[in-house]
Amino acid sequence: MRPAWLLTAALLALPIGAAGQDGARGRHLAAACAICHGTEGRSAGGNKSLAGMPAAELIRKLQEFRSGAKPATAMLQISKGYSDAEIDAIAAYFAALGK
Amino acid sequence: MRAFSRREFLRLGGAAALSLAGCARTTGGKARVVVIGGGFAGATAAKYIRLWDPGIEVLMVEREAVFTSCPMSNLVLGGYKSMPDIQRGYQRLADYGVQRIRDEALAVDGAKKLVKLACGGDLSYDRLIVAPGIDFDFSELDGYQAAMAAGRVLHAWKAGPQTAALRKQLEAMRDGGVYVLSVPFAPYRCLPAPYERASLVAAYFKQAKPRSKVLIVDANPEITSKGPLFLRAWSDLYPGLIEYRANSKAIGVDAKNSVVNLEVEDVKGDVLNVIPPQRAGDIAAKAGVVTTNNRWCDIDWLTMESKAVKNIHVLGDATLAAPAMPKSGSLANNQAKLCAAAVVELINGRPPDPRPKLINACYSFVSPGEAVHLAAVYGWDAGERTMHPIKGAGGTSSERSELEAKNALAWAQNIWADSFG
Repeated sequence: MRPAWLLTAALLALPIGAAGQDGARGRHLAAACAICHGTEGRSAGGNKSLAGMPAAELIRKLQEFRSGAKPATAMLQISKGYSDAEIDAIAAYFAALGK
Repeated sequence: MRAFSRREFLRLGGAAALSLAGCARTTGGKARVVVIGGGFAGATAAKYIRLWDPGIEVLMVEREAVFTSCPMSNLVLGGYKSMPDIQRGYQRLADYGVQRIRDEALAVDGAKKLVKLACGGDLSYDRLIVAPGIDFDFSELDGYQAAMAAGRVLHAWKAGPQTAALRKQLEAMRDGGVYVLSVPFAPYRCLPAPYERASLVAAYFKQAKPRSKVLIVDANPEITSKGPLFLRAWSDLYPGLIEYRANSKAIGVDAKNSVVNLEVEDVKGDVLNVIPPQRAGDIAAKAGVVTTNNRWCDIDWLTMESKAVKNIHVLGDATLAAPAMPKSGSLANNQAKLCAAAVVELINGRPPDPRPKLINACYSFVSPGEAVHLAAVYGWDAGERTMHPIKGAGGTSSERSELEAKNALAWAQNIWADSFG
């Protein structure tokens, strides 16, 4: 189980008022990704772990999936379901988790 | 799917479970959530409530000892996976502090906030999560239950003993035999699954008994999901092996003559796989949360709380679908997290997230080594108070591929780990 301090770290790591999102919002949005990338971004195999990925890297990847610049399968569609602010909140949440 | 005798219950560790029963609230916990059902929806909800607020006591009532996954079960029918490959234990949920009770919920008193268990004892709750999956409506299929009891027709639409039994029947079938697969009207659990099943059985026939045939008789006017991708795979990979008949609703099974009665004709087969119409699992009706067509449970999509009974949330296949939302394992898991987040907020006296989103990622194998996907993101529509698919964020693979098959297997490993610990 993830120790409690990690959650605190995740909440603290978010820029205050970033795009109107709060820590819980990023956590809830990010939880949806677990069906392919594992609980709290720690993959059970076959797909990339997202936990601990620098926010800028995940933001760039998601934006490239969304624009079509980066080839993808399911992420081609899924990335288009999120706004810039939502992508920022998801990336900040995963970045704050330990690998 | 059976109840356990009291002796069996005790042998299986019921003594520990009984200590949890009783009307009194346990001390220490700030609130108690009871979850009925340990599938993709129920297990995920139980785990995530504990993950997000370990102060909440979570009891999960599930009658089976292990989970058997419907996703990937068609690979077992084709002979490409074994039953243990698609099963997961519940032990790891204990790491999150989920208390599992191996029992069957018999009734729910929504006014007194009590769940009555088959093996005795009542469980009190502050909030109840009902995640029973589906049960079958056999009333529109003459002769079905007797034929099923005699082993002459199977649905294999809840993965488990019927999955293993259907595989045995396919193995025993003569070369040159006919496998009849009957599809009910949508909505049913997992729209593309019948066509995936037809594909993988055809792959097995092609290799092991090439004179045989798959005959799909579909109540619907066309293939209900990923149609062009399935049709292309069937003509490329299994020419002449799969026959598809639309508008062919089954109305009965004649076990003696090995026949499925359709509205318009009868079809004879060697192996009869008739998928009955479905509804929310039986405990939903007993809890009073079935709202629509005597089948499904309407809910508030911000919290998954029943529109019929307060403090009862309904998840997964049992829900009345939002527009263009299928009944899938991915959505059951995602709905469970939406619900877990809302329940944690509500118990802590805060409002639920007002802008939830859900992802559906749905893979189908069209051959043992190639798959296709359908993906969609759903967002809250405050005007209509429901979830809508987000425009431009949905669609299917452009073509089948080996990469998608790898992705499908990775999805299975990750959703099983995410749902069951």
